[in-house]
Amino acid sequence: MTALEIARDVRGGARSAREVVEEHLAAIAFREGELHAFNLVLADEARARADEVDRRVAAGEDPGPLAGVPVAVKDNLCTRGVPTTCSSRILDGWRPPYDATVVTRLREAGAVLVGKTNMDEFAMGSSTENSAFGPTRNPRDPSRVPGGSSGGSAAAVAAGFAAVALGSDTGGSIRQPAALCGVVGLKPTYGLVSRYGLVAFASSLDQIGPLGATVADAALALEVIAGHDPADSTSIPQPPPALAGVLSDGVDGLRIGIVRELMGGIDADVAARVAAAAAALEAAGAKVDEASVPALGLGLSAYYLIATAEASSNLARYDGVRYGLRVDGEDITAMYGATRAAGFGAEVKRRIMLGTYALSAGYYDAYYGQAQRVRTLVIRDFEAAYASYDLLLTPTTPSTAFLLGAKTDNPLAMYLSDVCTIPSNLAGHPAVSVPYGTGDDGLPVGVQLLAPALGEATMLRAAAVLEAAGS
Amino acid sequence: MTAAWEMVIGLEVHTELATATKLFCSCRNAFGDEPNTNICPVCLGLPGSLPVLNRHAVELAMRVGLALQSRVEPSIFHRKNYFYPDMPKDYQVSQYDQPINVGGALELPDGSRVGITRAHMEEDTGKTTHVGGGGGRIHGADHSLVDYNRAGVPLVEIVSEPDIHSADQAKAYVNELRSILVAVGASDARMEEGSLRIDANISMRRAGTDALGTRTEIKNLNSVRSLGRALEYEARRQIGLLEAGEAVVQETRHWNEEEGRTSSMRSKEEAYDYRYFPEPDLVALEPPAAWQAEVGAALPALPAARRARLAEVAGVGAGESVATVVQQGLDRLVIAAVEAGADGRLALNRAANELVNRPLPDPTAFATVLKMESGGRLTATQAKAVLAELAESGGDPEAIARAKGFEALAGDVVAEAVDQAIVAHPGEWGRFVGGEAKLAGFFVGKVMAATRGKADGKAVTRLLQERAG
Amino acid sequence: MAGISREDVVHVARLARLDVTDDEVDRFTEQLAAVLEHAADVAALDTTGVPPTAHPLPLVNVLREDVPGPSLDRDEVLSMAPAVEDGQFRVPRIL
Repeated sequence: MTALEIARDVRGGARSAREVVEEHLAAIAFREGELHAFNLVLADEARARADEVDRRVAAGEDPGPLAGVPVAVKDNLCTRGVPTTCSSRILDGWRPPYDATVVTRLREAGAVLVGKTNMDEFAMGSSTENSAFGPTRNPRDPSRVPGGSSGGSAAAVAAGFAAVALGSDTGGSIRQPAALCGVVGLKPTYGLVSRYGLVAFASSLDQIGPLGATVADAALALEVIAGHDPADSTSIPQPPPALAGVLSDGVDGLRIGIVRELMGGIDADVAARVAAAAAALEAAGAKVDEASVPALGLGLSAYYLIATAEASSNLARYDGVRYGLRVDGEDITAMYGATRAAGFGAEVKRRIMLGTYALSAGYYDAYYGQAQRVRTLVIRDFEAAYASYDLLLTPTTPSTAFLLGAKTDNPLAMYLSDVCTIPSNLAGHPAVSVPYGTGDDGLPVGVQLLAPALGEATMLRAAAVLEAAGS
Repeated sequence: MTAAWEMVIGLEVHTELATATKLFCSCRNAFGDEPNTNICPVCLGLPGSLPVLNRHAVELAMRVGLALQSRVEPSIFHRKNYFYPDMPKDYQVSQYDQPINVGGALELPDGSRVGITRAHMEEDTGKTTHVGGGGGRIHGADHSLVDYNRAGVPLVEIVSEPDIHSADQAKAYVNELRSILVAVGASDARMEEGSLRIDANISMRRAGTDALGTRTEIKNLNSVRSLGRALEYEARRQIGLLEAGEAVVQETRHWNEEEGRTSSMRSKEEAYDYRYFPEPDLVALEPPAAWQAEVGAALPALPAARRARLAEVAGVGAGESVATVVQQGLDRLVIAAVEAGADGRLALNRAANELVNRPLPDPTAFATVLKMESGGRLTATQAKAVLAELAESGGDPEAIARAKGFEALAGDVVAEAVDQAIVAHPGEWGRFVGGEAKLAGFFVGKVMAATRGKADGKAVTRLLQERAG
Repeated sequence: MAGISREDVVHVARLARLDVTDDEVDRFTEQLAAVLEHAADVAALDTTGVPPTAHPLPLVNVLREDVPGPSLDRDEVLSMAPAVEDGQFRVPRIL
């Protein structure tokens, strides 16, 4: 059942929230041991919460648009009193004294939190193999990765553990795992969803978004979590967008461009699905042709310099003084060095090193400063493209889900799997990955739709068309 | 200091802003509370927390800038990255190359002018206490304790141009700056509570030359007096090096108040590399012109203007009493007294000498005491005693004087006492009449003894001069 | 742009307060060099006249009123800390 159906039934009294949550907990009990989508399953809390929702329905109240919907949230979203680990040893034992704004909004909408999902440590990775607690496996083929860094959230939705899940997307961390697991993953416009309570990876790129089995579920969850939050200075001071009403509006007359620069280096079976998606959109009345956004070729390098620089600063606070892991040392410098060496995994260390280097004296202008100028070029080229197109179409990932261990020894190869998703983060634009058939290996392929800032409604109209055409 | 050398001093003054809450969160900005009671996810740097800028802190920073004749410009915040346990995020959010206030100047009471480079906003750090070493010092400590109540308190750092050329001028600059900060309501500027802190940059050059020498930065200056002593010490140290043909090393030096000397703070740590970059969790600050105008219009009169007005009303030139009275915030009292008919010079002197660090007396009562003194109703000593009582407890000056037994002596009683003194000391009187003016004191003393101090010294002197013809 | 050296890696690790083994220094030197080589296109680009973008949003003047709100419970906060003493966070000696 979709989230939309669950909420409708629970609000209408056709089904109880308790019954719904028991079904999902049963699915978790059946397959979580194999998949490891969660760092923590909150079974008792979920049952209690579902009962509370049912009591409210019985009392004639409306628990909200997500009434009784089982949701999972990535383990970098703060949950009061509940461990929030970012899949890192360095946050060992930490229980946040507050809820992330999105967690509060889910609860106020009647959702039932079933667990905290596994992820690449501090959201750094594209396979969920960089978790201190072991990898998550792809429900479609457990020998393969679910993608990352929100791999646990994508797997939880794909496996029916939760109707919708929240992830975070810094360079594709919602869309890439959504594509690899065959679900819908949406990265909203930067500033549309409050980041308050999202443990930061790269502050100017991070954005929280939903993963769902359907476009309508992702849209529903986005409506709930979006909207201005005075606790986040970068939150757009506007009411959340109304999406549910427009999803069936179709694409007749829309101009959609296939981004030429992002079609190179793509596996042939994936490219074929993009072409099929373009044909489907055209058949639905859109005008589709090839678009050029030249600066996107520079996006990957600029992204890795900006993201790691910000991360090196954001992750400085994990120093063994106030919370989390401490490894003792004879003086504070020794304690810092030992704590951080023991607490961070290899990928996190690598990115802290790269980011520190990119900001350090003598290299700032060549790397960080230059990357910020390239970011301007990316934004300008997008603006130029959107003068001619309403939406852009690309693959979400260059290939379908790869085998566990296939890229763990080659960081650069892993980074290259984000090449199609990174540009939207640099520009702060929305993007969505929609499942569109399978590759030669029978694994899901995702296609990506990009829109200018706050273009979610138009983007999701096209996503709904693809969803209908692909099923 | 030898006349062959000139000090070149620039000061960096950090002042805590008098807001109700911290710079980026709604925790209380308070001094002296129980450790770690004013902390929240934001100022504790908990994962996931985000800063939101305090409007009032921006307004106070603009007041400081406008009072220092700075330009308020579009600004952003940067992160200054370094590890230290008093910084919850291991970076400090601070303005860097685009500060809110740019340029400006400060005019000192002696008429000199010190350029202001910038006055930017930043967050304060927490406080560390060192345990197990001698006297709470960091050296030799066994471990340290951290209190984050102060972390995130708003600061403005005011950076002067290297326009200061003596320890006295540096002290005058800090005193003047404190007066301004208090006057505009930006800070209580209490050095003893750490709400105003000074770092001093000093280099030496041969008198008459323009070249800048290698400078050192002195930290841990906890009072204006320390600032003066440290600068004098550091100047002597640098001159000693330079005259011996040695080089001054550019470094940070720690002022040790007990030992009266500075020492190098260099550690084995590599040179700092703060890796500044724009703070991505905050957006740009561009105070609209209307807001700036509103803040500027609401600024009170500043010390330089108040000094000029006070000197004019009191009918005196610029001088120490005028500076003291303005610095102590007594100028409105003095002006009110003069307007109520008191003598300007007397009002100024009594305020500067008798009312510093005392509660403010009622202006009308203050004027009354001054007029009683001028009119001979009270002697100077009596007037001071009445003023002290008036300031501490209030009341009616006449009643206070009567309660203290300061009865007015009839003029003939004083005259009689004068005549008796002359008769009793014919030798001294002869010399006084012969031109030994200093013997007036001798006779005043005798009259005072005879009247138990109730005679007015000035009236006695006048009578003596009349008798001497 | 010159490649990253072993010494650079050691220096950066110290700036980042990360203890690294000799093996890690070797590995990071190699891996960071590969990433930086890939970034050479960015470093070499002529961006004269292109302003940097620090932020994807054009927001300005996001301000909060100066009104006190609740602080955290000290015991709850300190219960998360690795070491405490007298209501404060305890750390090893600083020098």
